[in-house]
Amino acid sequence: MEKFTTLSGVAAPLPMVNVDTDMIIPKQFLKTIKRTGLKDGLFYEMRWTADGQKKDFILDQPAYQNAKIIVAGPNFGCGSSREHAPWALLDFGIRCIISEDFADIFYNNCFKNGILPIKVSKEIIARLMDDASRGSNAIIEIDLEKQEIKGPDGGTVHFEIDAFRKKCLIEGLDDIGLTLEKKSSIDDFESRQKDSQPWLHTAS
Amino acid sequence: MAFRKKAASPPEPPKPRTLFEKVWDAHVVDRQDDGTCVIYVDRHLVHEVTSPQAFEGLRMTGRKVRRPEATIAVADHNTPTTTGAMDDESRIQVETLESNVAEFGVPYFDMNDARRGIVHVIGPEQGLTLPGMTIVCGDSHTSTHGAFGALAFGIGTSEVEHVLATQTLIQKPAKNMRVAVEGSLPIGVTAKDVILAIIGRLGTAGGTGYVVEYAGRAIREMTMEGRMTVCNMSIEAGARAGLIAPDETTFKYLDGRPFSPKGGAWDLALGQWRRLPSDRNATFDSQLDLLASDIPPMVTWGTSPQDALPITDVIPDPANAPDENRREAWARSLAYMGLTPGTRLVDVPIDRVFIGSCTNGRIEDLRAAAEIARGRKVAAGVSAMVVPGSGLVKAEAEKEGLDKIFIEAGFEWRLQGCSMCLAMNADRLEPGQRCASTSNRNFEGRQGRGGRTHLVSPAMAVAAAIRGTLADVRDFQ
Ligand code: SF4
Repeated sequence: MEKFTTLSGVAAPLPMVNVDTDMIIPKQFLKTIKRTGLKDGLFYEMRWTADGQKKDFILDQPAYQNAKIIVAGPNFGCGSSREHAPWALLDFGIRCIISEDFADIFYNNCFKNGILPIKVSKEIIARLMDDASRGSNAIIEIDLEKQEIKGPDGGTVHFEIDAFRKKCLIEGLDDIGLTLEKKSSIDDFESRQKDSQPWLHTAS
Repeated sequence: MAFRKKAASPPEPPKPRTLFEKVWDAHVVDRQDDGTCVIYVDRHLVHEVTSPQAFEGLRMTGRKVRRPEATIAVADHNTPTTTGAMDDESRIQVETLESNVAEFGVPYFDMNDARRGIVHVIGPEQGLTLPGMTIVCGDSHTSTHGAFGALAFGIGTSEVEHVLATQTLIQKPAKNMRVAVEGSLPIGVTAKDVILAIIGRLGTAGGTGYVVEYAGRAIREMTMEGRMTVCNMSIEAGARAGLIAPDETTFKYLDGRPFSPKGGAWDLALGQWRRLPSDRNATFDSQLDLLASDIPPMVTWGTSPQDALPITDVIPDPANAPDENRREAWARSLAYMGLTPGTRLVDVPIDRVFIGSCTNGRIEDLRAAAEIARGRKVAAGVSAMVVPGSGLVKAEAEKEGLDKIFIEAGFEWRLQGCSMCLAMNADRLEPGQRCASTSNRNFEGRQGRGGRTHLVSPAMAVAAAIRGTLADVRDFQ
């Protein structure tokens, strides 16, 4: 997984509430057996009309074509567990999403892919939404180590993040590898469970 | 105040725990100082859409599946419901699953297996879902299995890989919410109406960060099928999982299922399962109380499951929305749905009806639907289909003659699978088509680009099919 330390880039404003993962990546793109190449499906129905015309969606506007950050409305990423949603965002170049709150599974999925989801208050979102709407003139900087967002005018805001998740992102850790280091605890757990709940260890 | 001599303090009584806390505590393999835990996973359900990249990850790192026998794979999301051929991409996805399960030794219900069906239907059906278990699947409606008192939640593909490789997940405990539905449900009101009413109250993000335990008389009086419908849609309120305390109804359902424990193991299991329900004084971080008698048959009008209203109501006016966010969302929903404020819900005409999905594709759902369909006809111009949740549900329905009732009424009787719940296969709405659907999501485009979904119970879906408009099932009883 790619590390996340600092990021500096254009932020696209997407103030809609409840952006669901069906919107982020519609089902026809879930037939893939790969993680890559999903950017064409990103926000597909919001970007393209049914007969294939561009709709001038925010990420297609010249100012935002190279956006690395999305400032989003509340409950971003609700709905399906499809990790194709963060894969598609990543494939487009989005490394950070800032919102008041996220749906749990999507939030989790971001961290597994080197995307930083940041939760901040409604007031801060309003300010960042303003900044973002200034387009490519407004570069937002993120410093994960310091847990800071720096706006285009130099003002900084602090954000909270789980210490363990932060460490995994900064170091680009493979959490399967981390868990496998605890193999003996897993072995012990299993043998205890085999004694106390033997029915969980008969074959399926 | 008189001083009392301090008695030697008795051993502290164990802290009362919720059902969630009991299952969680029993599965902690490792706990870090910051509360992050490694949690053991007892059962892992795998399907074709969210697993290929996970198996590929194992291959690339040279890892194995730690406990193939605790895993079960099945193709359901993208399989055809007719005997026709699959498109190339879909076929490759199913073939990829088949070669992956063969390579990694994972048990698999193949395309011709009568037990094949939607993951969340076959788990319980086979007794692979048991009380007190932790169950995961790369699908957000894994919350369904919580109906058995199992802690069950959806995960992403990276976590699917993590579970395959380690049989564990890295998690922090959720908060506890209790939703109590007291009293008995009125006639014509089902589990689907109950959960739609709950989501309407909580909102689509109201459950974020929580595991919701459903309780109260109305829940206790539900069959396992009904309880599964309720837990299934927990995710539509943002909750990580739904839970219902196991009881005699649960045990009766599980007794004798193919993978349920047998003999002495059953007795041992039963003894442990009876200790799972939340302790009397357990504390919940949040509580919602509803009266069953206040819940009428429900229908959604918008593009979020929280947009649920009694069928007797009218399309709401964004001008009356409680806040600015909601006003914009309502206006957008109405434009997408092609609806005008003030229209009576029962006057909204429909084009399609879908009965099925992991929410309402079980035998009891089909029985309830058939009861309304019996001797009636689908309205002219409406196309309606029934898609059983599994091959065994289909077989049972056919044994009971339900297929005939549906076919005579003008419904199509299809093969099992997810079908038009997510419309990955050929079953989908055309732009602008309006559908009364027993599935769980009414998001824009969910059932096909430009398609308009109204979520309802199976009986309500049939009522709509017959009338040609959204309809109140109580007029048919
Ligand atoms: S029926 Fe629908 S919600 Fe259920 S598993 Fe299939 S696609 Fe997901």
